Amino acid sequence: MAKHKTPMLDQLESGPWPSFVSDIKQEADKRAKNPAGLDFQIPQDCPDDLLGVLELAYKDKETHWKHGGIVGVFGYGGGVIGRYCDQPEKFPGVAHFHTVRVNQPAGKYYKTDYLRGVMDIWDLRGSGLTNMHGSTGDIVLLGTTTPQLEEIFHELTHTLNTDLGGSGSNLRTPADCLGKSRCEFACYDTQALCHTLTNDYQDELHRPAFPYKFKFKFDGCPNGCVAAIARSDFSVIGTWKDDIRIDQDRVKAYVAGEFKPNAGAHAGRDWGKFDIVAEVVDRCPTKCMSYAGGKLSIDNSNCTRCMHCLNVMPAALKVGLETGATILCGAKAPILDGAQMGSMLVPFIPVEEPYDEIKEVIENIWDWWMEEGKNRERLGETMKRMGFQKLLEVTNIKAVPQHVKEPRSNPYIFFKEDEVPGGWKHDEKGYRERHMR
Amino acid sequence: MAFISSGYNPSKPMEDRITDIGPRSFEDFYPPVIKKNKGKWDYHEILKPGILVHVSETGDKVFTVRCGTARLMTVSLIREACDIADKYCGGHLRFTTRNNIEFMVDNEKTLNEMVADLSGRKFAGGSFKFPIGGTGAGISNIVHTQGWVHCHTPATDASGPVKAVMDEMFEYFQSMSLPAMVRISLACCLNMCGAVHCSDIGIVGIHRKPPIVETEILDNICEIPLAVAACPTGAIKPSKLEVEGKKVNSVVVNPERCMYCGNCYTMCPAMPLASGQGDGIVLMVGGKVSNRISMPKFSKVVVAYIPNEPPRWPTLTKTIKHIVEVYAKNAKKYERLGEWAERIGWEKFFEVCGLEFSHHCIDDFRDPAYYTWRQSTQFKFTSHVE
Repeated sequence: MAKHKTPMLDQLESGPWPSFVSDIKQEADKRAKNPAGLDFQIPQDCPDDLLGVLELAYKDKETHWKHGGIVGVFGYGGGVIGRYCDQPEKFPGVAHFHTVRVNQPAGKYYKTDYLRGVMDIWDLRGSGLTNMHGSTGDIVLLGTTTPQLEEIFHELTHTLNTDLGGSGSNLRTPADCLGKSRCEFACYDTQALCHTLTNDYQDELHRPAFPYKFKFKFDGCPNGCVAAIARSDFSVIGTWKDDIRIDQDRVKAYVAGEFKPNAGAHAGRDWGKFDIVAEVVDRCPTKCMSYAGGKLSIDNSNCTRCMHCLNVMPAALKVGLETGATILCGAKAPILDGAQMGSMLVPFIPVEEPYDEIKEVIENIWDWWMEEGKNRERLGETMKRMGFQKLLEVTNIKAVPQHVKEPRSNPYIFFKEDEVPGGWKHDEKGYRERHMR
Repeated sequence: MAFISSGYNPSKPMEDRITDIGPRSFEDFYPPVIKKNKGKWDYHEILKPGILVHVSETGDKVFTVRCGTARLMTVSLIREACDIADKYCGGHLRFTTRNNIEFMVDNEKTLNEMVADLSGRKFAGGSFKFPIGGTGAGISNIVHTQGWVHCHTPATDASGPVKAVMDEMFEYFQSMSLPAMVRISLACCLNMCGAVHCSDIGIVGIHRKPPIVETEILDNICEIPLAVAACPTGAIKPSKLEVEGKKVNSVVVNPERCMYCGNCYTMCPAMPLASGQGDGIVLMVGGKVSNRISMPKFSKVVVAYIPNEPPRWPTLTKTIKHIVEVYAKNAKKYERLGEWAERIGWEKFFEVCGLEFSHHCIDDFRDPAYYTWRQSTQFKFTSHVE
């Protein structure tokens, strides 16, 4: 028997897409019956009260969660977010309803025993509700009370050998695509790099010392499945330097219809027979391809590695053998200064353990940003305020034409004093000897 | 309820404490076929919507079944996913960046049994628990935020609009009939947790009223200089105001300079701005993060305001469905929504989609706005020009 009437939410139970309302109702019923005989450490009826407060939000068209609240575990400044309901008397089960962020394993692969372990903790000590996963990538456990926080942390570290993620002005939990584990396009081992840097920078992840949040994301190729280029301050995107490898027999097989173009991604509509010239050669953004006499040719020196031809014929075309990554910096969502895309900083960097070259770029950026960044200023905003040249200077990277889409169209150039003969000093006396006042 | 100790001793917090160990290694969790073939994958194909096969150089194959989820999931549902993984996948499963669950098997017999099992699992209310789809030229799961379920700054709900939109777009989740993939994302406020600003379709919650200034308590719970500095448009000024005959420190907001970003509320809880009357949704279109063919793009505002209409957001779902259908009819194969709009021109996009263009669709925020105005005589005449 539901604790609160939820006529509006009930309408979200119909339709084919998984209904979160049905799922929460099912959980509320299970907690009420408690077949496992658990001694719940937070209110047993919190899923009921969550539905109740959400129904009220649907009626008011306003949230009923209070602003902030500082809670956490001893020694950490991140990983837990305080949350309190602003109608605690009506909904006591969710009066205190904090979020715990658990650092996900790279690539989000799980064994069920681990996942069941997390669920057991959350059944006993939390609401039984999760986000799998949060936007940044963590396992997000929704809703617990302050006295449970240390207990949950103790269980996570001692029983499950895992740790909290980041929140606040620190390194946020790094995230990656699944990389070489199941993708033929991956140019480096995204999981290994993500895991290594996550562990090496635990201090930055758990103890806020930055002007604002800082995100690493790792994409294995320019397809960008983890959206690094749009939402991370430091994006490492796989690429290659040498030639695309072509298997001409398989190219012929695509043309003959033996392989499905674009891996079958367009199978739901009759687009006609695969036309390699129209669909691959003519769509190449740099027009560096040709197809004649049943043979595909690529002028690799003009290729910008957009991935289209590889995506259309993954069995016939392969990324090069000299693989590594491009690093872009400064992406973020709108507030405060408007949305920013990552800007290309390092055209090519090898990605090899122990990743010292990548760490050097990261640490140079951090040293500068921690010194110059204003409170709540993302790296992209500091870059905009101080200029791209400053970023090159602090990272000891030489300017190359690849850094810009086009050179500047204004001549308002800042020169350094040592770039001008005689510095910025004039020969005042000599000037007046040549020019009458 | 008796308190159950995990072994943590609050009087000696450092005793036996484990910290900074990071996440579990991904290598602990690989299915055997993945572990064996890592780095050796040759190519992949989509066998049916939601079902992939990856073929290794070694000749091994892994079949993946991708299932949509509501992201907001209970422990019972995750345990049910674990039961499925135990039964068919040797106890392994994974989640995608877009919050789908992927179940992997290494042979077709188990694949077919698992697909039949997954397709039959439904909630009491009738919806699927593990709908299969989300691959190729279709619509994958909507990446979204927390909304009214758990967030303190939202201007709209997240889980509700996502459920309503995905119900409406379900045929495109389970088919691959579009010109290219369409990625939909939802952010319940301008903070945009997630890559909404670079999605084919971005649903963004916005406020439309300047913050309330709770003068009587503001100075007790806020750092006034931080609240002032938080405003990107300089709309907030410090001020001494009178409350019950007493002078107190507070702030004043210039409503004409406020674009309701809520950054002041984040810094100062005495400046709330949520409003059942004012809040709603902006619809953005044409973004992408992939470098494929064209450069990554930001999404653009095509509908400046859609009211919050819980529980099923009919105007929002209708508008999105209409845009997707017009795109499906008109774009070329491989052309993303934003690439199509750029090819035909945005004025034409508004015309063929039958969307009203209002002054709100013209950018007026700082320098970037200037670069979006048309500095050319090259434009197309559409019904907008009388």
